[in-house]
Amino acid sequence: MLLIDCPWCGPRSEREFRCGGESHIVRPETPDAVDDAAWADYLFYRHNTKGVSFERWLHRFGCGRWFNVARATTDHRLAAVYGMTDPRPELEDGR
Amino acid sequence: MSGTRVAGGVAIDRSHRLDFRWAGKQYRGFAGDTLASALLADGVRLFGRSFKYHRPRGLIAAGLDEPNAIVQIERGAATIPNLKAPYIELYDQLDAQPVNAWPSLGFDLMAVNGLFKRFIPAAFYYKTFMWPNWLLFEPLIRKAAGLGRAPQERDPDLYSQTSAHCDVLVVGGGIAGLAAALAAGRRGERVILATGGALWGGRLAGSDQLVEGQPATDWIAHTLAELDTLPNVLRRNRMLATGHYDQGLVALCERMTDHLPIDARIGPRQRLWHVRAGQVILATGAFERPLVFANNDLPGVMLAGAATAYLHRYGVLVGQNIVVATNNDSGWHAAMSLAQGGARIAAIVDARPSPATSLLAAAEALDITVRCGTAPEKAVGGKQVRAVDVARLDAASRLTGRTERLVCDTLLMSGGWNPAVHLHSQAGGALRLDPAQHSFMPAALPGSPSIGAAAGDFAIKTSLAAARGTEFVPVSTPIRPLWSLARTAEPDPLAWVDFQNDVTAADVALAARENFRSVEHLKRYTTLGMASDQGKTSNVNGIGILSQFLGRPMEAIGTTRFRPPYDPTTIGVFAGHRIGDGLAPRRRLALDAWHVAAGAKLEEYGGWMRPVAYLQEGETEAQAVAREVIAVRTRVGLFEASPLGKIEVKGPDAARFLDRIYVNTISTLKDGRCRYGVMLDENGTIFDDGVVTRLADDHFLVGTTSGHASAIAEILEEWLQCEWVDLRVLVQDVTTCWAVLTVAGPKARDVLQTLEGTIDWSASAFPHMQHRAGLIAGMNARVARVSFSGELSYEVSVPWRQADRLGERLTAAGAVHGLTPFGIEALMTMRIEKGFLHVGSETDGTTQPQDVGFAAVLANKKSDFVGRRSTRRPDSLRGDRRQLVGVAVDGPLPVEPGAHVVTPGREDAIGSEGWITSSAWSPTIGAPVALAMVNGGAARMGETVKIWDLGTWRKGRIVPPCRYDPDGSRLNG
Repeated sequence: MLLIDCPWCGPRSEREFRCGGESHIVRPETPDAVDDAAWADYLFYRHNTKGVSFERWLHRFGCGRWFNVARATTDHRLAAVYGMTDPRPELEDGR
Repeated sequence: MSGTRVAGGVAIDRSHRLDFRWAGKQYRGFAGDTLASALLADGVRLFGRSFKYHRPRGLIAAGLDEPNAIVQIERGAATIPNLKAPYIELYDQLDAQPVNAWPSLGFDLMAVNGLFKRFIPAAFYYKTFMWPNWLLFEPLIRKAAGLGRAPQERDPDLYSQTSAHCDVLVVGGGIAGLAAALAAGRRGERVILATGGALWGGRLAGSDQLVEGQPATDWIAHTLAELDTLPNVLRRNRMLATGHYDQGLVALCERMTDHLPIDARIGPRQRLWHVRAGQVILATGAFERPLVFANNDLPGVMLAGAATAYLHRYGVLVGQNIVVATNNDSGWHAAMSLAQGGARIAAIVDARPSPATSLLAAAEALDITVRCGTAPEKAVGGKQVRAVDVARLDAASRLTGRTERLVCDTLLMSGGWNPAVHLHSQAGGALRLDPAQHSFMPAALPGSPSIGAAAGDFAIKTSLAAARGTEFVPVSTPIRPLWSLARTAEPDPLAWVDFQNDVTAADVALAARENFRSVEHLKRYTTLGMASDQGKTSNVNGIGILSQFLGRPMEAIGTTRFRPPYDPTTIGVFAGHRIGDGLAPRRRLALDAWHVAAGAKLEEYGGWMRPVAYLQEGETEAQAVAREVIAVRTRVGLFEASPLGKIEVKGPDAARFLDRIYVNTISTLKDGRCRYGVMLDENGTIFDDGVVTRLADDHFLVGTTSGHASAIAEILEEWLQCEWVDLRVLVQDVTTCWAVLTVAGPKARDVLQTLEGTIDWSASAFPHMQHRAGLIAGMNARVARVSFSGELSYEVSVPWRQADRLGERLTAAGAVHGLTPFGIEALMTMRIEKGFLHVGSETDGTTQPQDVGFAAVLANKKSDFVGRRSTRRPDSLRGDRRQLVGVAVDGPLPVEPGAHVVTPGREDAIGSEGWITSSAWSPTIGAPVALAMVNGGAARMGETVKIWDLGTWRKGRIVPPCRYDPDGSRLNG
């Protein structure tokens, strides 16, 4: 079980959180204008990284805020915690 | 001769005798004994029958690595199967039995399996799947194989759970763990020190070996005393670390009452600890390896370290005339201790050609026969060992030359030591093979150092240095690896590797020959290491034999994955209080007591205990539902709708936001108006529906289905926080702030009008699909004129705590009109009559709005909303999608939801055209009514269909969903 450093509440047990999957997925500006393949890419296609995965998490039983986590999928190390609108951090061992 | 009680034994209290039963016979032991030590002291050798072949088996270990002495304790609901005898603390009147013997331990009819051993080798079961026939063998195998019996009754015990945080968690109570805890405690750090067993001191408990100048027993006592003076140190015995997870989280199971006599047990039986530690120091010790030679499973063949432990801890000498077979120094130390304890050491047999001269001198001083470069070939005996045949080893570690028979009553073996790397490995720590110890050692793991024997360090001085974090130079005394002892490359078929699962060296070789060469495949194919001990004594030997057979180094083979729990753990302690009513809170309606008093039958709907129907004297449920429906249709009914989701959405951008959430356009809604809306997920699937109300220009009340409010509120938040961060909108779930009573029926207005207040109830002032806020009987109320029943209907909300008052006023006012409480079933019947959608009944994970009558709404909306693009995929545009229809069913009885709708003439093919989604007997129409999702259903009105209903054919006709008041004059009245 991870220990997640919520930007608002500090380090808390994973059981207080919900993982919302991969972050930095851009919803098409005008969905009507994109073709089926592009829409499917937005809906379904994910990186499934071996290494650092950039995910969004909700502190569900805490402050109720969403934020981003850079989590190494091989050893569960949390490389970075950053705001929902912050850019993806440049990590030394990132993708 | 076999075991006896001698002097010593740090754990036992000789002034306190305990009576207990084993296999139906009465025995006595001392307080502090384990079941194993007390039985050994009484001369018991036979502890069980093996899993597959029912071979007689005795104890080999002194801890939770014991593979043979598996027992069942107590009877009835209190029975616990598959405990290890060395890990059961004796208590007065303990009742224990062996697990796999029939009819008795001494005379086991299934031992005949042993005679057929060559016919049931490794993977026998898998092979019978292929040929000749698994069913032929299954009954026999099921009867023969097995361990204990699970209790049939509910677990009578309580279990608890707790969490703790600390700077340092020390796992293991041997001298390394004690020293590490004391060092951290002296530094002022918050320390938790846990050991799995009852005793402190690990392998040195009760030993007079010197530790920093004092006998180990004294050193341990002094260290414990100092630890207890430190308020920042919490130490617990009987607390076994079972899992090591991410970022310093360790799960530990504390056995709180298992060691007490049954009538002295108070409170929870066990407690699960979740400890989050800054540093986890693993001082988990090591397991001794057995040697693999023919008949090494005879009772009386034991691990050398276990024999020492029984002597030092319990004053039990496991035998009188002992041969020690070893490949390392520890076997010699065991021999010396046992000689000091009063045993005759018949011989020390060391695989190494030239052991240290100090060892040889010590043996000579005690006049002990020594055989070097020699190893056991075969244990001799019937139900226990009587002698051992030994032979010399050649350079390739094969047995060679003349056999020498050494008479003994006990054969002790030491094949080297495996550090207990389980917790290290669970946390992601890597392992490396130590070329001198021939064991897998923990590689460095940040935040979780291994120390002492757990790090492969068996010397006191260096273990203590590691525990205190001081610099030291590791010492290592090389061993001679012995994997399979035989004269040829072919292992002996009676040389056991995994005692508990009856896996032999020959089985390992067979698996390798049949190309199950990966260690994970070997494990599954032979079941090596799959028993309840998870291979604590067998895994490394198995890997060594596989390595020998394949000619590949052990490090290239590697270990199987170590997974929690480290030792079998009761399911009860994982469940804790979350059983029965403790699993999830039952939510009660605001008028719960009133419903019960009115005869309501309550059932759980989405976590809420809600009235199904109100049963009157002598009434069936169906009769009650019919009566309630007629009451609402002809007079007036009262329904508690408090669980309906209520989410306030407020802010300058609230209307824009809701336009993006709903299929419908919300921004055009006028103040005080309601609109029925549907929400989708991004896949275009209907996710929820409900009534949205505009309370003010910037303020909306979003209604959701019951039990779905928190999920919807969470999704709205997710869109606002993660996608549309520029929108200024606040979302708040207020579901349980407001109790809701629905007054429905042609007399609803008459009832409400009699209540004093500020709301004008007249049809012209308060039309259908509008909302009013005002005072009712002095209470702040919100009223929505909406209808799920199809009648004139008002949903009246008041603050939750005032629900009783509203209920009283309504029942008083309604009495003259025959106000009738109605339940979920009546409401559902009425909404089916009306053809109203129920998300989750009519809809599933494929249903889109155009399938349930929202094609026009979808087409008319110009702006984007969640899921819109997905409703424009080719699949969404097909004309033959399943669509919502009504089905008029012939005959008097309703069909079951899920019944298939089939076109006549296609009964024999796979001809399902869809299925019934909701169904009821309609008291209003006097016939069954049903809704269905049918392929291209909207264009099939009037078509005759057949319905496959629970094995019988019914007939029906596709009709519009709405069967009652299709022009809506009643709900608009």
